[in-house]
Amino acid sequence: MSYATVLTALGGGVLIGIAAGLLLFFNNRTAGISGILAGILKPWQLDSQWRLAFLLGLIISAPLWKGLGGNLHLELDTPLTVLAIAGLLVGYGTQLGGGCTSGHGICGNARLSKRSIIATLTFMVSAGITVYMVRHVL
Amino acid sequence: MSFKNTSFKLILSAFVSGLVFGFGLILAGMTNPSKVLAFLDVTGQWDPTLAFVMAGALLTLGLLQWRIQKKYRHHLTPVNSKSNIDSKLLLGAAIFGIGWGLSGLCPGPALVSLSSQLTGSYVFFLALIAGIFLFKITDR
Repeated sequence: MSYATVLTALGGGVLIGIAAGLLLFFNNRTAGISGILAGILKPWQLDSQWRLAFLLGLIISAPLWKGLGGNLHLELDTPLTVLAIAGLLVGYGTQLGGGCTSGHGICGNARLSKRSIIATLTFMVSAGITVYMVRHVL
Repeated sequence: MSFKNTSFKLILSAFVSGLVFGFGLILAGMTNPSKVLAFLDVTGQWDPTLAFVMAGALLTLGLLQWRIQKKYRHHLTPVNSKSNIDSKLLLGAAIFGIGWGLSGLCPGPALVSLSSQLTGSYVFFLALIAGIFLFKITDR
């Protein structure tokens, strides 16, 4: 951990907060990415246009960031089978629990929703235990 | 233009929000799974920087909400917000955490990394969609 990484982490957080604030103020919506994504999948919601626009913005942020001269290092060295299992769990779990790191972790916690605070503690602990098992036990 | 003025505004603000959200994730290092895993690895070589992402986001959003509510007397309760705490919430969050801990990817970064053309991001994304469908089919 260095001074520079703390600053970029904080700066990134501020941008995320602004983005969530925009969606909340103009669209009256929570920037919960798992929920926005699920809303464009069958049986879809009728209000899919803003969802598609949000997701499109998210997807093109990476090439645009690079185009603007930003540094972007994406690497995935996890085996594909593990990624497939992880994706399934993330998809199913976020729907059952009604949110992910953005919906519960940022938006819900920012308005002090008890539900989101409990969800965040739960997925943090469960992710921590998972990493512990994978790296130090198995 | 085929959209009504208001709905065009809603689409534009959603697009900008998604874009800025993506920039934030990239700047913060959230799109780098090994950094996320290092944050979750409390007993190993712990990298606590991602805690600052959450702190920055929560403070900013909290402040924005407070200002907006004060200035516009506009109560920001988003559509579809629930308040009950049940076993679904706990089980779902626990299952999500296992997937997050296995991969270092949550839905936002997974979408941002789609353009990287890594096989792994496609696999994760397709599985994510499958997981959402699995829930939609079984939750009747």
